[in-house]
Amino acid sequence: MSSARSASSTRAPAPGPLAIQVEDVHKTFHIPTHRIDTLKERVANPFARQEFRRLRALRGVSFEVRRGEFFGIVGRNGSGKSTLLKILASIYRADRGSIRMAGRLAPFIELGVGFNNELTARENVALNGVMMGLSRREAARRLDRVLDFAELDQFVDLKLKNYSSGMLVRLAFAVMVEADADIMLIDEVLAVGDASFAQKCMDVFEQRRKAGKTLVLVTHDMATVQSFCDQAMLLHDGEQRYTGNPEEAVMRYFRLNFAGSSDAEHVPVEPDLKLVDVWLEDEAGRRMENVEQGRPIGFHLLAEARTEVRGPRFGFQVLNVDGVPVFGFGGSLPKDLEQHDRIVPGQRVRVAANIDNRLVPGRYSIACSISRNHSPGDLLLRDVGILDFVVTGTEPNPGMVSVRTDLVARVEP
Amino acid sequence: MNGVADSELRPVRGPSALGGGWARFLDLVYLISVTEFKRTYFGTALGYLWSVARPLMLFGVLLAVFTQIFRIGSQVPNYPVLLLFNIVLYGFFSEATVSAVQSIVNQEGIVRKTQFPRLVIPLAVVMTSLINLGFNLVVVFIFVLAYGVDPTWTWLLFPVILALLFVITTAVSMIVASLFPRFRDIGIIWQVLSTVLFYATPVLYPLGIVPETFKDFLLLNPLTPLFVAARAWIIDPTAPGPVTAAGGWEGLLAPMAIYALICVFAVWIFNREAPRIAEEL
Repeated sequence: MSSARSASSTRAPAPGPLAIQVEDVHKTFHIPTHRIDTLKERVANPFARQEFRRLRALRGVSFEVRRGEFFGIVGRNGSGKSTLLKILASIYRADRGSIRMAGRLAPFIELGVGFNNELTARENVALNGVMMGLSRREAARRLDRVLDFAELDQFVDLKLKNYSSGMLVRLAFAVMVEADADIMLIDEVLAVGDASFAQKCMDVFEQRRKAGKTLVLVTHDMATVQSFCDQAMLLHDGEQRYTGNPEEAVMRYFRLNFAGSSDAEHVPVEPDLKLVDVWLEDEAGRRMENVEQGRPIGFHLLAEARTEVRGPRFGFQVLNVDGVPVFGFGGSLPKDLEQHDRIVPGQRVRVAANIDNRLVPGRYSIACSISRNHSPGDLLLRDVGILDFVVTGTEPNPGMVSVRTDLVARVEP
Repeated sequence: MNGVADSELRPVRGPSALGGGWARFLDLVYLISVTEFKRTYFGTALGYLWSVARPLMLFGVLLAVFTQIFRIGSQVPNYPVLLLFNIVLYGFFSEATVSAVQSIVNQEGIVRKTQFPRLVIPLAVVMTSLINLGFNLVVVFIFVLAYGVDPTWTWLLFPVILALLFVITTAVSMIVASLFPRFRDIGIIWQVLSTVLFYATPVLYPLGIVPETFKDFLLLNPLTPLFVAARAWIIDPTAPGPVTAAGGWEGLLAPMAIYALICVFAVWIFNREAPRIAEEL
């Protein structure tokens, strides 16, 4: 796929020393159904037992990461990915199990956490460096390198509230990189910044890997997992479904999504169609993970029939981060005499669509519905999320789409 | 690569009050409190003047009330400087504890997204107020000397009072800060309580003029002996010291016990809440 991936797969599999060892970690959240959060309520009902709903966020997760490895954690929303990351980062405490790590951990799971808008970049870099575990002197010494990396030298004494969002991201990333921790934990790193910055981030991560640094990455972006991770884990409802080869983890993730509801795994019915691959391409036909604002998107899907499907119709919806459908598109097999309007078991269908990209920057997902016999009601598959992507851009824009307009204002004579 | 201490696997214990080593803890407290102080007082037009102006304005009002209207002040030696001194000391206690209440919730981003020694947050709030107190005390001592109070050797004991005040302020801050995420009405309760405490501490009046029945009650307040001592050691050498005022050492047992109890409770509750705070927010 990409050069980075082939590089990683040809890397000598010399097993380095362990960097992270997680054994049988459990975490259950007690979510009060009626929250008593004032003393008054507590005093008024001193014997009222708080009622809890148990949410078993993690049920016995174990894995090992070796030094210099990139470890991906994938799974649908609510599968426990972020909880696991927070436990690794010592933000939450595990109920059971043990976690052991070697080396200094960057205790951040998101970029720019702890930045104070009222302080200057200089003060924030010092503060962040100390949070990263550097001494005050070390943090001050790294200031120049941080600013150099972020290309923000001229703005060192500017308060962060006057920074643009792009500048903030650059600064945050630079702080993290220059803290030079042995283990980095990152939640959706590429969800911010523009495409060229995302590329720079990935280049930096490659360098870190060569320097023996370890990275644990939670992401929705399967392309990142496939191209960068040495190992990946699939979490589903807090259960560890698979750990190992990233390709396999991604496949299982798609299968899980394509199978629809979460209990589909327990139903002995095979889905009628198997999703082989789904990806986005740029104009030059290269696969891409993030889309730049305004650049066209090539959407591609490859599916294989398990049973015969007559008159299939493929419908897609693009949803924004709030789950609101922004637009939809769809189509059927071409109507020509050469080809029957059906797919037989084992046959593959390739769906390709060029999308005129009017999306504003943000996170999106594509949901797929497939119906048969040309009747929209006869659904094989209904609104199943198959792909997440990010539209990058720094142009702030209200609303859900940016529509080209031709505004002219003039004073009437 | 082998043999480096860094390559050893070490257990990760989860969030705590102090996690991450002492050096990091102290660096964080220092950086956060200093930047917070700078932000509060150097970001405004009058800058640092505000930090002095606030107690001075309150002092002006109270001085007028208690020397012109109630006239208690005229019976007490050096009343104006005593009043100013007490207001500045109590101001430290109330400013620190009241801002500590919401401190952890205000730092939600940090608490939920980084591994961060929890105790840093309330402690930094107290340190910010302590820096403020330091600047205020410079002004206060200038007033004290200008008023004609002669320095005595007992001035050297002032750091003891400050240390005791600092410890109790930190303890109370830890209690209110760790309870607030779970009991949101602590904010209002503490605001009322700290006002009550202002009148239940000999700030406006000397302990000597309080009727006997109330005196025992006031002596339960662990802040009372501190203010009595401050008056006797700094402002008015003829005033009774804390032991005399309490009617002997036995009288000090109750406030001392309460003082100790608050500190122990603070450590216990904070340690209990610290690992869970991120989940409560």
